Amino acid sequence: MSRRWIYLAMTGLAVFFLFPLVFMFVSSLKPDGQILSDVGGWRAFLPVGDISFRNYAGVFERVPVGRFLLNSLLVTTVIVGAGLVINSMAGFAISRMRWTGRRVVLSVVIATLIVPFETIAVPMVYWVSQLPTLLFQNGRLVYDFGWLDTYEVQIIPFIANGFSVFLFAQYFSTIPAAIDEAARIDGAGWFTIYRKIAVPLSGPAFATVAILTFLPAWNQYLWPSMVVQDENLRPVMVGMQYFFQDTTAWGEIMAYTSMITLPVLVVFLAFQRAFVSSVAASGVKG
Amino acid sequence: MKRKSLSMLAAAGLSAALVLSGCGRASDSSSGGSGEITMWTHSAGNPGELAVYQQIISDFNASQSKYKIVQQNFPQGSYNEAITSAAAARKLPCLLDMDGPVMPNWAWAGYLQPLGLPDDLIGSLLPTTVGRYKDTVYSAGYWDAALSILARKSVLAKNNIRIPTVDEPWTLDEFDAAVATLKSSYRTPLDLGAADKGEWWSYAYSPMLQSTGGDLIDRGTMKSADGALNGPDAVKFFTWFQQAFRNGWADNAGPVGNQRFIDDKVALSYTGVWNAKDALQSVGDDLLILPPVDFGKGPKIGGGSWQWGISAGCKNADGARAYLKFSFQDKYLTAFADSQVVIPATAAAAKASKYFGDAAALRQFAVLSQKFALARPATPGYPVISSTFEKAAKDIMSGAEVKSTLDTAVKAIDTDISSQNGYGF
Repeated sequence: MSRRWIYLAMTGLAVFFLFPLVFMFVSSLKPDGQILSDVGGWRAFLPVGDISFRNYAGVFERVPVGRFLLNSLLVTTVIVGAGLVINSMAGFAISRMRWTGRRVVLSVVIATLIVPFETIAVPMVYWVSQLPTLLFQNGRLVYDFGWLDTYEVQIIPFIANGFSVFLFAQYFSTIPAAIDEAARIDGAGWFTIYRKIAVPLSGPAFATVAILTFLPAWNQYLWPSMVVQDENLRPVMVGMQYFFQDTTAWGEIMAYTSMITLPVLVVFLAFQRAFVSSVAASGVKG
Repeated sequence: MKRKSLSMLAAAGLSAALVLSGCGRASDSSSGGSGEITMWTHSAGNPGELAVYQQIISDFNASQSKYKIVQQNFPQGSYNEAITSAAAARKLPCLLDMDGPVMPNWAWAGYLQPLGLPDDLIGSLLPTTVGRYKDTVYSAGYWDAALSILARKSVLAKNNIRIPTVDEPWTLDEFDAAVATLKSSYRTPLDLGAADKGEWWSYAYSPMLQSTGGDLIDRGTMKSADGALNGPDAVKFFTWFQQAFRNGWADNAGPVGNQRFIDDKVALSYTGVWNAKDALQSVGDDLLILPPVDFGKGPKIGGGSWQWGISAGCKNADGARAYLKFSFQDKYLTAFADSQVVIPATAAAAKASKYFGDAAALRQFAVLSQKFALARPATPGYPVISSTFEKAAKDIMSGAEVKSTLDTAVKAIDTDISSQNGYGF
């Protein structure tokens, strides 16, 4: 097959995979009635008919979208950042350090992957509502019980992640043990070995974990629905439900999804090459 | 050793800082002590409804100084999860709204206390806007919704089909004949809303079952669905339901809503008052708002929409009651009705409404609600009944054998009731 045909086929596939995004963006410019009428044919993918940015204006009237985006950005950034540090340290301890029971610990960590989050969500709400917390009230440091309605309740339960620990442990185990031994002879402690040897040699693992942690953190819906009552603390995905009233505002949904997908898309396109190579190098399938 | 000392020093320092700063417990700002009354609504994302709530709250807070209403809004799709979680954490607000059929479950679970509003106020409301569980009022709503069959005058006239009235609705035979006639002009003449999901199925189709003579449960005892959901009348209805899809009279293609009727792709649309405004704008004077079909025991539609209750643990129940009493003024009910296109709970509020007043375009929905609305069974088992009904009806729509499917549904419902010791009945 000539190169031209291969490129043609690949372009066709690329266009095909772009259909959902094109549909989303084009529909965000149409009124609800037209979206539903166009949906059966090619017009669904074309900016034709009554085109305007009214749906975008409607989104801002209905949802504090800027606030929701900021909240998601904060929650996701901290989960990913802290998760990379803590899970990689745990993976390092399991994979590189020799201590009794590490295999059992790794098995327990892997076992946590079997339990669906939905089954423990309600008991977790009870637990987090009983946890102590420190806060400032009228200029005084005071304590209270209950994490509901806070950022930490959206962040802390998701930092430690069994899959990330497992992935780091697996990746670190591919680094030759002789390097550790050489470093120890030179006087390095475990933290120095982790920081100066394991981390620099594990770029693909860090990138993979970052991607795999970023997406679920950005897409969080059930947990914030249960533990966040204050609108000022809600993330973007909960905002999606604002459009499902007795009649569904499809145009505004498409405008909202366009707006909240854009940051993810920009990040992905900017780091596309690094992401693809890291996923390939770590052998993780999506 | 040096590292260990540093950690211990840091921990000791933190403890000392807390002690020296006189770290005490935060003062309780939850509902109760300060006269603050927390209120949760399912109305986030609904600017029209929220504007009316804000007006009521602002008027109430200004009318007295003892209580202050503090509102939190949740999106409807995640509202029940928020309530369940808050109940588990014992953090329910004082005032909370709820979908009518869910109320008995929440009352049984201990989330709610009796509403305690004056009898004359409760008596002035449409019966289906009042939530009763075991003869006690736990909730009341500002409005109700209603279903009807939307049609075009011109289409019925062209096909020589009689226009049914509230006093003389279509019989099942007449309806079948009408749909069969319309089938020659429309690929799918009837939109039953089967593309929708969830509670819609029991809200929309159990009234048809009740109009045939069946029901979701034996309402006399509330202890079994046997005979009600799988008796001869139920089998008769579901056989008709299956035939409607098999004959191509209806389908589940979607989209959800009323767009196919607006686009004139279906002749008849079984839909709610919430879609009537758009239909009126598109179809104009040609629009007909028809009563439901009489399947044999009189036409029926579902009743019971969003209602307000007071949580069991509310420390300021008197304040919550004072607010609710204040909020049930006709002017607010009319404002909700005109903002949301829903049927006001009182006759006076309906009279003043631009949509539901005596000569208003959507008045017919108020009439249908008064004459034909039947509340869903007031049992804590309703959520299970509803989801079981949905599954059975969808299976039957897809061609499952009617009687055995209904028997399976009855077994599932009865098992749930037994496992909960009859839900207190």
